[in-house]
Amino acid sequence: MRTSAATRPRRVLWHVLALALLGLVMYPLVWVAGAAVTPTHEIVGNTRLVPAQPVLDNFARALEGMAGIPVWRFLANSLLLAVLTVTGIVASSALAAYAFARLRFRGRNTMFVLMIGTLLMPFHAVIIPQYIIFQQLGLVDTYVPLVLGKFLATEAFFVFLMVQFMRQLPRELDQAARIDGCGYWGIFWHVIAPLSRPAFGTAAIFAFIWSWNDLFAPLIYLNTPEKFPIPLALRMYADQTSTSDFGAMIAMSVIALVPVVLFFLAFQRLLVQGMATSGLKG
Amino acid sequence: MARTAEDTRGDAESAAPPQPPPPPGRGTRRKPRGDRERAAGYAFLTPWILGFLGLTLGPMAASLYLSFTDYNLFTAPSWVGLDNYRRLFADDQWLQSIRVTGAYVVLAVPLKLALALAVAMLLAAPHRGQGFYRSAFYAPSLLGASVSVALVWRALFSDDAVVDRLLRAVGVETGGWVGNPDFALLLLVLLAVWQFGAPMVIFLAGLKQVPRQYYEAAEVDGAGWWRRFQTITLPMISPVLFFNLLLETVNSFQVFTASFVISGGSGGPAGSTLIYTLYLYQQGFTHYQMGYASAMAWMLILGAGLVVVALFRMSRTMVFYSGDEGR
Repeated sequence: MRTSAATRPRRVLWHVLALALLGLVMYPLVWVAGAAVTPTHEIVGNTRLVPAQPVLDNFARALEGMAGIPVWRFLANSLLLAVLTVTGIVASSALAAYAFARLRFRGRNTMFVLMIGTLLMPFHAVIIPQYIIFQQLGLVDTYVPLVLGKFLATEAFFVFLMVQFMRQLPRELDQAARIDGCGYWGIFWHVIAPLSRPAFGTAAIFAFIWSWNDLFAPLIYLNTPEKFPIPLALRMYADQTSTSDFGAMIAMSVIALVPVVLFFLAFQRLLVQGMATSGLKG
Repeated sequence: MARTAEDTRGDAESAAPPQPPPPPGRGTRRKPRGDRERAAGYAFLTPWILGFLGLTLGPMAASLYLSFTDYNLFTAPSWVGLDNYRRLFADDQWLQSIRVTGAYVVLAVPLKLALALAVAMLLAAPHRGQGFYRSAFYAPSLLGASVSVALVWRALFSDDAVVDRLLRAVGVETGGWVGNPDFALLLLVLLAVWQFGAPMVIFLAGLKQVPRQYYEAAEVDGAGWWRRFQTITLPMISPVLFFNLLLETVNSFQVFTASFVISGGSGGPAGSTLIYTLYLYQQGFTHYQMGYASAMAWMLILGAGLVVVALFRMSRTMVFYSGDEGR
């Protein structure tokens, strides 16, 4: 396969293998898309991917939501959380990354190692005291605990991603800007930040998707159903209806997945590249 | 991560030599550049420093203290010394959660990485549709952590549901998945393996950097496929392999949504999916045993820390950095 002229049978074998794997990987997604338009009582154990008679009433029931709260509300909550998360992460990680990547000062390397340490540390290790702090401050059942950390660059993955990117920008740019009279903020704002847009974009998309999917933090901090983002609502819904209205639950799952799928389709190249560079220098 | 360690080491070296004395000040009002750069550095890092102290280091210290107390969130914590830790080692459920997590990590990480590497090697050779396959295989990595996919998984693997029927059609009888203590964890492992796309993309990037001449030379020497893989591919991608191994191991310690949703929060059947984070959640947020849960959190830090240190140790002998990679 390494030789430049791959022989024909080999090429065929490659496509057969790749297609077989594609079928296997995509099966759950295709199944759920089909199940969402299959009448409730026929879903369980239904192995055919396209229903004989597609119906939309699963979606109609799913859109009604739960406890008198329409699904739109949960989606809007998720969107608000995601927008706050993306804003916070991009802004705070960019600032931290600029300091780590481009400035020299005492304690930088120590702090960088600590930052990487938090990347490796299980998030759940600090959740109990964090909860106690927010509870003492009367901030449980608000969005503050869910987004505050995002504005304080606690998501080390994104800082790391941006450091990797900023390190490879030529040093001469900083010098030229300094000669033009820029201070450090000026260099960051006029030179580094504009050039780092691809990294910011990648970070923003990842941050959006992770925030959209997150269950753990909302599960711990939110009590009022009106404030639930879609994953938490979906989980509650599944608990209430999994036996009675399976179809609506599946439809709601699909509704929750749609934004992620759209994001993926729109930005797949950037995402794949972002993932690839996270493991490699520059 | 291998590269990161390299990077920091490199930086430490480059930063270590004493800085040349600041050039004589051109203007008396301006501070020397070193000072201003330091001030700027701390200014830019202020959000991160606040977050690190307030949301990571402070809470870690607090949970260390709480782990020696009995605290239910409503009455003041009372000091109990090592009681919580003693209780842990006598707690069958806790020991079970360690077994479950251990089994999960040991199964999920190697299987996922092996599949990721195999598919990356398949995709590394130029073929039509390569980019399409790469994206398609990557998609589950973005969707897999969602409640939706966990619910889909539960639906697919329910007793007498899709997977059961498909397997029965080819003569395999598992006796159910979701409700079967022998197979329920495997279900979670399969969900993890399904998300092989992220490490695959990283492997692909690594494979692209292996010089083709190496393979051509080896082929001239008559080295077979396996020998080329062993002596060229594996050493050349070992930094990437280590990075993936570290990241996937750390991530798999943190799995929560899947076991929470699929077992309905119980970790069942028979504790077979009681992953560590789920038991921590139960103790902390359904029983409000904050002291006990803090002790659990610290054991998690210690456990995960030991594994990370062991991996770094291992990497010293296993990871090969070719000379031209350094900067």
